[in-house]
Amino acid sequence: MTPIEFAQKYGLTVVSEGGGGCREIEGAYCCDLLSLVMGRAKENDAFVTVMANVNTIAVAVLADVACVILCEGIHFDAQSLARAKQQEVCVLESGESSFAVALKLGKELGLC
Amino acid sequence: MNTLKWTYEVDGSDFTRAGEASSNVKKKLRALGVSPDVIRKVSIALYEGEINMVIHADGGKIDVEMTPEKIDMVLADTGKGIPDIEQAMQEGWSTAPDEVRSLGFGAGMGLPNMKKYSDEMRIESTVGVGTTVYMTVYIQ
Repeated sequence: MTPIEFAQKYGLTVVSEGGGGCREIEGAYCCDLLSLVMGRAKENDAFVTVMANVNTIAVAVLADVACVILCEGIHFDAQSLARAKQQEVCVLESGESSFAVALKLGKELGLC
Repeated sequence: MNTLKWTYEVDGSDFTRAGEASSNVKKKLRALGVSPDVIRKVSIALYEGEINMVIHADGGKIDVEMTPEKIDMVLADTGKGIPDIEQAMQEGWSTAPDEVRSLGFGAGMGLPNMKKYSDEMRIESTVGVGTTVYMTVYIQ
């Protein structure tokens, strides 16, 4: 399932389609500590977080994740969003918790 | 293949710009057809280094040199230096200010991550003079 398909199915908002919008989500990683994310998120993971700053986008690029899913109704500021679009990072927003989003990802990935 | 060299100045005044050098190196390595594993190691090690330079040293200079066998990275700053390198290498040890922690960094993972993702790493530091970190990632 691609991030865009995931957003459509579960009612998340696509705020940046990015180059990752049509990549397959192959796994998921939930964390707000960017130093951990950088080392531990895998390529094509959905990166689920509440950490909304421009460094989140930089880490998403370096870790080569399929998308960033920002939870709890938190939004990126204009600068971060502009960086996401420039770097072609797919960004989704959800009003739900990281755990609730992770459960849905787990279901789609056949993990639960 | 000849030796390729790239140099970057890291702006210490803007935390949000940290990552420009590592992103740029990543793009270059990708264009050169370097394997994704090597690119990932280099990118993470460099990004953590950039973040450290911004947090602790008000910027610095990064030199990257690539040969067919390896990628050497030298990160040099004229910051306050590291009094106890062994302690600084411990996961969880941090002297980063709270505002950096609130941005998702400063949890004492920087130097350990740099060591983890490089094949060789060496730190030279003198308090009050600055720090130079040497990292190597082997391509083959």
